[in-house]
Amino acid sequence: MFNQSQLDAVDSTILNNLIGSGVDHVIFMDMAGNTIAKHHHGKSRLDSTAFAALAAGNFAAVDAMAKLVGESEFSLLFHKGEKSSIHFSKVNEDTLLITMFNKDISLGLVRLKVAETVKDINHILDAE
Amino acid sequence: MTLALINVKTREVQIKIVYYGPGRGGKTTNLEYINNKYRDQIKTEMVSLKTQDDRTLFFDFLPFDVGRIKGFDVTIQLYTVPGQVKYNATRRLVLRGVDGIVFVADVRKEQRRKNIESLNQLYENLETYSIDLFKMPLVMQYNKIDLKDSGIEILPTQVLQKDLNSVLRAPAFEASAVSGGNVIPTLKKIITLTLSSIQDQLF
Repeated sequence: MFNQSQLDAVDSTILNNLIGSGVDHVIFMDMAGNTIAKHHHGKSRLDSTAFAALAAGNFAAVDAMAKLVGESEFSLLFHKGEKSSIHFSKVNEDTLLITMFNKDISLGLVRLKVAETVKDINHILDAE
Repeated sequence: MTLALINVKTREVQIKIVYYGPGRGGKTTNLEYINNKYRDQIKTEMVSLKTQDDRTLFFDFLPFDVGRIKGFDVTIQLYTVPGQVKYNATRRLVLRGVDGIVFVADVRKEQRRKNIESLNQLYENLETYSIDLFKMPLVMQYNKIDLKDSGIEILPTQVLQKDLNSVLRAPAFEASAVSGGNVIPTLKKIITLTLSSIQDQLF
């Protein structure tokens, strides 16, 4: 369970690092499919509840596949679309960070900003 | 023990309830009935990941709001698991973070063994998350009792209670999901049990 100041700090790192860099939508969620924090650039009409449930299932399935081929995990997942793409990153054992972005922003920048955000969130959650 | 997701900032509680049971037992039918009945409270479309022949491949998902409790907006997230034996790996994935379970048993006589096997596997699957089925909010639903009227041989409720519920002693309902019989009482019961099990966490 996260306290108010942790949730504030998580919001702030997501807004600064990711939304501030021009990504469309960010969801920080647990592996059960519950949304912990969500942010977007203001014109999103995404059904984030259903999205989080599917994202948790997707990540869990890929994680189980990793174990079958002898990997401890595939900590990063990326789905590329024509207009928008989705980047999945494991934050810790229980949580995931999902970033949706359009073709105006490069995958390299997203990966860099996601890595910084994941580091920040872990720092916030550890400082309990 | 897993905990429901309680967000102190947005004042939201998200509760995950999973409908579990043998294949073709009526888990998806339960959710479809709820989806039709409570259309107004459900903001999104039901999500179903199905095979080509309409069987659940991964899960069905249906979120709906139950209003405010102690100042928190409560959302119930209903999931089903795929019932077919070969999909146990995905069943286990869906159980992650579960807060309450409805076990949907099939009352047809020929399904007796499958019900028991499915319940045993539920117990084992929960163990992999260090969850004890005996401490989990649970409701039993004996589904398809309407088949009795079509002359199909069904198991008497006492037999089902003895097979599945003699030790667990969970609340049990005879149901007919296809016509909605006892679908809503089952749902209300599991919501009440789950909410009371997490109530201590709300303050």
